[in-house]
Order: sequence, then C-alpha cells, then structure tokens
Amino acid sequence: MVLKEKHLLGLDGYPKKDIQKIIKTAFNFREVLERPIKKVPSLQGVTIVNLFFENSTRTRISFELAQKRLSADSVNFSASSSSLKKGESFKDTAQNIEAMKIDAVVMRHPTPGSPKTLTEFIDACVINAGDGTHEHPTQAILDMMSLEEKFGKISGLKIGIVGDILHSRVALSNIYGLLTMGAKVTLCGPQNLIPRYIRDFGLNVTHKIDELIEWADAINVLRIQRERMGHSLIPSTREYRYLFGITKERLDNHKKEIVILHPGPINRGVEIDSEVADGDQAIILDQVLNGVASRMAILFLLCGGSIK
Amino acid sequence: MRLKSLAKNTILKGGIIIDPVKKTQNQGDIWLEDGLIKKVGDFDDIPSKSEIIDCKNKYITHGFCDIHSHFREPGREDKETLRSGSLAAMSGGFTRVCIMANTDPPIDNPESIKFIIEKSKTCPIHIHPIGAITKNQNGEDLTEMGMMLSEGAIAFSDDGIPIQNSKVMRLALEYSKMFDVPIINHAEDIYLSSNGLMHESFVSNQLGLIGNPDSSEAIMVFRDLELSLITNSKLHVPHVTTEKSVSLIREIKNKNKLITSEVTPHHIYFNVEYLRSFNTNFKVAPPIRSENDRQALINGLKDGTIDCIATDHAPHSVQDKETTFDLADCGMIGLESCFGAVNKVLTKNNEVSLIDLIVLLTVNPRKIMGFEIDLFSPGSEAEIVIFDPVKEWIFSSEKIKSKSKNSAFLGENLIGTIDYTISKDIIGKNLFS
Repeated sequence: MVLKEKHLLGLDGYPKKDIQKIIKTAFNFREVLERPIKKVPSLQGVTIVNLFFENSTRTRISFELAQKRLSADSVNFSASSSSLKKGESFKDTAQNIEAMKIDAVVMRHPTPGSPKTLTEFIDACVINAGDGTHEHPTQAILDMMSLEEKFGKISGLKIGIVGDILHSRVALSNIYGLLTMGAKVTLCGPQNLIPRYIRDFGLNVTHKIDELIEWADAINVLRIQRERMGHSLIPSTREYRYLFGITKERLDNHKKEIVILHPGPINRGVEIDSEVADGDQAIILDQVLNGVASRMAILFLLCGGSIK
Repeated sequence: MRLKSLAKNTILKGGIIIDPVKKTQNQGDIWLEDGLIKKVGDFDDIPSKSEIIDCKNKYITHGFCDIHSHFREPGREDKETLRSGSLAAMSGGFTRVCIMANTDPPIDNPESIKFIIEKSKTCPIHIHPIGAITKNQNGEDLTEMGMMLSEGAIAFSDDGIPIQNSKVMRLALEYSKMFDVPIINHAEDIYLSSNGLMHESFVSNQLGLIGNPDSSEAIMVFRDLELSLITNSKLHVPHVTTEKSVSLIREIKNKNKLITSEVTPHHIYFNVEYLRSFNTNFKVAPPIRSENDRQALINGLKDGTIDCIATDHAPHSVQDKETTFDLADCGMIGLESCFGAVNKVLTKNNEVSLIDLIVLLTVNPRKIMGFEIDLFSPGSEAEIVIFDPVKEWIFSSEKIKSKSKNSAFLGENLIGTIDYTISKDIIGKNLFS
C-alpha cells in the first residue's frame, strides 16, 4: 500500500511522511486542475459512495469533483441524522451499501468516532469527511497544503486558530496535523469554547486576538455557528466580533502581514470582515481549489495503488 | 451453567471454607440437608446416600449478593428477564440480587413490586425489587413506599435518572426514614454533565466527544450527603466513580454512620484510556474515569469508605450497542465477569486479602440491605459459592448466560472462576470452569 493506513479516519497519530506524500501528490493534481482538460483516468472502474448523514455543500462537491476528475464512479447518499435515529440503523445502512460492491466510502456523520465504527462493519476503504466534533482530516490537509503553497514549508510556522475550538473538527484535525508537521499552534477564542485539557497537546491558548495577530504567521479563522449565538456560549454577534473578529483595523494595527485562512462558509461581519476575506492576505479561494486537489490525492493514494 | 436440585444430603468435601462473618479461613466440609446448612467444619457422621461435591483446592463461601442490577423485566425482555438474569447471577456466584426500578413501566407501585416478587419465586436465586423513589421516575412525586415495602421492596432508587430537585431528595430521605430503608440516588448534575458521553479529560478532547466532568458527580454526592445529615437517614451512594466523591464520602461518613456506598467492577478495572477505541461497551453511566480516580476508588474500598462491590449489571441488545457512540445505550453486563475482574484487580494487583474481598461481595452488601449475614449457622438456607481464586480464564461471549453480551470485559484475561453456586435448594455448575 502507498499509505500506511487503509483508511483516512483522522490525523491523530497519522504518519508525518504520509501527510507529506498526500500533499506532494496533491500539488501534482493541482497542476492537472490548471490544464484545459482536467480529467485523468487514474481511478477508472473504482466505485465510491459519498455517505452524508449531515448537511454539507462544499465538502461534498469538492469530493464529488475530485472523484469525477479521477474518472471514478460515484454515488451520493444523504440522510438526515434525525431519520437515522428512527429508521434503518447505521450498521444496516453501511452493510447495505457495501453489499452493492463498492471500493470506498467518503462519510460525513454527526457522531465522533462513527468512521471508525464504520470500518468495523464494512471492508471498503473509509475516508472521514467530518465526524461531529472530532476530526475533519481532509480539511486539515488542504489547509496545510495551502500553507505550504504560501510559505514553502509547514515546519516552524506559527499558526493561530480562532473561534469555537470546542465544537470544531477543523480545529482538532489542524492541531493534530500541524503539530505532527512541526508547526507551532496557538488557539484563541472564548474560554467556554476552548476544551478544558487542550493545552495537553503542547500548544498555547490566548483570549486576546491582538496578541495572536502579533505572534502568528497565519491565522485559520473558524466559522462561528449561528446557532451558538445569543445563548450561554456566545452572548451576541457583536460581542464576539468585538472580542475575536478579524477586522481590517485590527490587522492594520500590526506591521507584520499575516495570512488568513477560513474553511468556509464565511459569516461576513462576524468572525471576519469582508474587507479581510476579499483582501490580498486571505487565501480562502486557494484553499477551495487545493481542497479538490487534496481530495484527489487522498482518493488516488487510498484507492488507486501505485504512483505511475 | 447446569442446574439441578440438591440431593437430600449433599457434602461439600475438602474445600477451604471462608467465613466472611468470622473472617476465618479453614479446611473443612459442609453438610447440606434439605437445602439447609446442617454442619460446617469437621464431622464423620455422613449419611451413606449423600451426594459428594469434591471441593479439593476450591474455596467455599457465602453466595455473593449484588445490590445493583437491571433485569429489564417488564418491558425489555429481549435484553434480560428475571429468569435469564438469575442464570447470569448464578454463573457469577450471586445468590441474591437487588434489581433497579427503571423498567418499562418502572417499578413504582405496590402492584408492580408484587409482580416482580411473584415472578421471581420460580427463579433459582433470591431477587429483591428496589422500588422507584418517584412516580414514573419523574423526580417529583414520591411513591407509595410503605405499601411497596409490604409487598417486598427492599430499598428505593430512581437509578438511571438522577433526582435533580434537592427538596424532593430531602423529602424522600425523610419519608423513607420511617421504614429504615436506604435511598439510593444516581448522583449526577444532569445540567453540568449535559449529555456528556464520556469522562471529561484530555482523551475526550482528543476524541471530540462531549465530556462529563467529575464534578457533575461530586456536586450531587455532596448534596445527598448533606441531606442525609440534616435528615439523619440511610443514604446509599451507588456506583461512585471519582476521587472527589470518595473524599466527600470519607469525610461525611464520620458524621452519619448510616451512609453507605458501592463501586462497580468496571470502574476499578478500566480507566478512560480504554475509550480511545470508541467501543460502545465502554459507554457507561456514570462514565469510566481517570487512572487517578480508579486508584482512589480502590483506596476507598481498602479503607472502608466504599462498603461494597455492586455490578450495575445493565444488559443491552446488540442493536442498542452496535451503533454510533451518541446513540448507544449506557451500561454493561456485570454479574458474570465480576469475581474474575475484582479478584484480579484487588487481590492480585492491590494487596487486598481474599477474605476482605469476599466480605465486599457478601457481608457488606447484605448489611446495607438488611439481609441476614450469618449464613453458615446450622439451619440457615444454603447460599453458597464454590470458587477457584487463581484460575485464569478469558471472558468470552459464548460463556455468557445473560441474554445480552454487552461487556467491556470481552476478551479480557480474568483471574478466578466460579465452579458451583448453591441457592434455593438448587446447585448450578459452571461448565466452562
């Protein structure tokens, strides 16, 4: 096998050299995506199911596009998590889909650990497209690819992650990946949205956004879920913006220019101002393109075998 | 487990008899006549037609007593019935089991207590229903405790659903004081634990699972202990899991001797690191805690802060466990793995003597529920277990007598087997041991 593990469940304990291999392959596919004809026959005859138990637009489209560019056959399965509770069990759904002879499953599910559970029910390769508040490994890989594109390296970079860390699979996968790759990580957000033992990872936590901007080479700005606003977690949108919003004014107060990432979709005027999101410092749209390239690389390395 | 009626005269021959009341350990025989203890120790006048059970190199002691099990009847007979639970109990060496009220419907009135008592009559062990504290376990309205006790209830608990309203808890402790029976509250502040799926820890942060902090238990344990002081009532704290709770119980027990507590085998055997597998058999309520907590629980047992071991036997069907972590039911079965697990942890790894361990499974739980403790006096009904404390075995699903197989001990190497269990004039033999 090209990669050490059969599945991509998360970046917790994922080998550094395999992350490097995925990113290197992703840059090759990135080059393919710049061509007039963007399709390669690498995964012809491979069948992939996109199993989405939770709403997703961009991650699903990104995976679908990656599959089409690689000439794989793919089908989509969507189910709301509420219907899961009443209807067919997770195990039955999984086994039914596998009985149709498929090679890989890309799954998004609201429950942490469900991709791991899926591997116990089926033989196909499983790729985690987000499992609740646990991991979102392909997002972290595309984020790291984007950093490498910008800085030429990941090791030694000072990366800030801002927002609701407690509920963020993007944050957790980024923490695992960045620390493995030798970057330094500082988290920033309201204390009640920072997990209690998070410092045990060997990272820093601050509640002062200006300190983070001063320190960081790049900041990954997390999307703030609207449903968390106005309750006991975040008192109000304006309070959040006041304390943690990435505004043009804040960035201008610091001499050093830093790179801004965002996993999307953006809440303009909440966690990030439009001027910043649309400005030169932001690499948000590069992340989107790198997302397709990264997912092509992951699918190719897990389902395609050797690099020719 | 193979069950058969005891012969008119049965001799348990050549074993090492542990008397947990006298705290003695002697080589000897036990003569049972018509299911009752006839003689214990040395005697020669054995009737010629006696059935001899060879107990060479085995230990003989009182049948174990579990004061915290769930048998799921009525309502979820697919998970466990009074009958199947009895067989699991016998296989684990238990001759007496107190079962919790959170069935469907809950055991919250005298008629349902009577139902359990009647149905249990034909079961091979003694089953004692614990009645609900509040009607329909709603946490607000007290049940007819007096009438339920008349029908055979042994204690009261809303186990599974913690009583949040402190006033209701106080009223329950005051009301039950008239009858001198324990109130057992599943101690948890459900607002603080807020659907936590596992112990809040670095591991929960790493797995992205919602954490249930240790203080959600300690806060309620403290409340309940305080209420037991102002009411001077019998409070029993079930399945203690945290160091904080142990310290609180240790401190406040000095002021109210009526406070008792229990710990489960799984909380002294496993720690939070085992959750990394996302194996739903480790999803229990209260959750498996840190290594530090585990050590504190063992120390609590050693110094008497925690009075006894109770299994919290909680059977669940395959479909209710083989699902994603959030949807999986809480709990694991515990009767059959209990002795092998606690014997391994306590006597092998933590220098508890075998006699002291047996006390935690016999005399102490019996005292809490007010059962007779001196089972070896002539004329007593025979409740006996014959076991081998050094034999190692792997706990595997084909050995399980419970209707459910949800156990985190599956595949674990346990130490100590139950060979025979004698209860209600029946002898059960474990075929695998």
